[in-house]
Amino acid sequence: MDNIKVKVKDLTLHYGISPALKNISMNIPDKMVTAFIGPSGCGKSTFLRTLNRMNDLIDNVKTEGEVEIDGVNIYDKEIDVVNLRKKVGMIFQKSNPFAKSIYENIAYGPRINGISKKSQLDDIVENSLKQAAIWDEIKGRLHNSALSLSGGQQQRICIARTLAVNPEIILMDEPASALDPISTSKIEDLIAELKKEYTIIIVTHNMQQAARTSDYTAFFYLGELVEFNKTELIFSNPEKKQTEDYVTGRFG
Amino acid sequence: MINFPFALLNRTKALLMSRNAKDSLIKSFTALSVLLIVFIIVAMLSVIFIGGWSHLNYSFLSEFPSDGMTKGGIFPAIVGTALMTIIMAVAAVPFGVVTAIYLAEYAKESSVFARTIRFAVKTLAVVPSIIFGLFGLGFFIGFIGKNIDMVVNGGELRWGQPNILWASLTMALLTLPVVIVSVEEAIRTIPKEMREASLALGATKWQTIKRVVLPGSVSGILTGTILAISRGAGEVAPILFTGAAYFLSDLPHSLSDQFMSLGYHIYIMSTQSSDVDGTLPIQFATTLVLLLLTFSLNAVSVALRYRIRQRAK
Repeated sequence: MDNIKVKVKDLTLHYGISPALKNISMNIPDKMVTAFIGPSGCGKSTFLRTLNRMNDLIDNVKTEGEVEIDGVNIYDKEIDVVNLRKKVGMIFQKSNPFAKSIYENIAYGPRINGISKKSQLDDIVENSLKQAAIWDEIKGRLHNSALSLSGGQQQRICIARTLAVNPEIILMDEPASALDPISTSKIEDLIAELKKEYTIIIVTHNMQQAARTSDYTAFFYLGELVEFNKTELIFSNPEKKQTEDYVTGRFG
Repeated sequence: MINFPFALLNRTKALLMSRNAKDSLIKSFTALSVLLIVFIIVAMLSVIFIGGWSHLNYSFLSEFPSDGMTKGGIFPAIVGTALMTIIMAVAAVPFGVVTAIYLAEYAKESSVFARTIRFAVKTLAVVPSIIFGLFGLGFFIGFIGKNIDMVVNGGELRWGQPNILWASLTMALLTLPVVIVSVEEAIRTIPKEMREASLALGATKWQTIKRVVLPGSVSGILTGTILAISRGAGEVAPILFTGAAYFLSDLPHSLSDQFMSLGYHIYIMSTQSSDVDGTLPIQFATTLVLLLLTFSLNAVSVALRYRIRQRAK
């Protein structure tokens, strides 16, 4: 296996008393794209949210086990979630730019980290938008509202906003599920570009998307990790019957 | 047997007709109640307007009452109401906004503490305003004021009697629940996704509130607080025992002075005056001024909301 970025050990998560994730262990490789697939409610999004501790925001969630990023358990008491989330960025299913200008959206992260020099912010905004492959489309209207953009553009603004904080890992929760095919393919191209520098973990309902974009694929079912392997093996020669049934569309 | 289908058809038809009839009945009923409300508003406003407009002029607004309040203007009552409203807002708004932020952002829905606050706020909102007046008299004047006098003024009476500060604070208590509820509602209109976006970028909770939640809900917060304040501005009961005066020949110079208020002035003029019928135009004009003041506060809130929405686009 390649270099490991995230090491999950016996992770179990409860909403109240009902378990949503059961004993998940897996190693997620560095600077690769890992896809999480599985039917709705299988726990893949919940699992994704354990990796930047977004589940902390929900009452009554109890997490057991360990998630190590670069060898540090992020559920350790001494971990500062604020710093964790700077390192582990997140893109949501529904694009969620702030009701601010494009510029202010991208500058948000740097600003809360104390960067206030205009020239420095300008550089970060430009570089992030270029990295998110949207600079050419919007460079003339940086001070327009981000909400005036199309859904696909908004999602790339959100990606640029995340890149501006300089994360090492980017979590994507069905980032293209609300987008048209052209916008989707732009996002997928972007993912292929970004994995040179970032570790990307993507939750998707779209099997072709998982096959196209990812190097590794994990199949979840009913809160359990059923199978995790190189993407081509998951799709061509899965070990488990359940995986095969799901990727061939027999259930799901 | 051969008649059966016809019978069924007739029954269906009858059923349909009766549904239509019921529908149009309800429609006329709702339209009627709307008309009734419109009629009441128009009637009320036109009576006040017709009765007061001719008496409304600059000297009425800028002069003190004279000749045992049967002549002259209402200047001190306008100033008193304005001052009282400002002090009330200064006391109630920050408190209300901070409480609302706590309830909407920090308190866990299920926590006993948050539920206790919510219960208290709801209870406070339904307490009759005269009770607030009595509370103000007992707490601010009888307890706090008296003690200040004892400790600071060596027993000399200064704060232990009705004044504009105690009246404004009593009024602030009355408007506080309205401010809390409307600000909390405004804060809750910010979608969860916006908070998540901010937190996922490594913002702290407070940074998220300061930079995303409050800027996004500022128009709702302003509208809610201004509405609450404009309601308080016209209240009389809470200030009856706590600071409003029958007549003063001078404006309040310090927080420990009494003041005249428009609402109280209307009450006095229409019940205690030596010439109730003769001063009718003054009463109508005073009512008109009070209405215009509260309406203009509402207009300000609408204008603010509109401007902020335009800017957000």
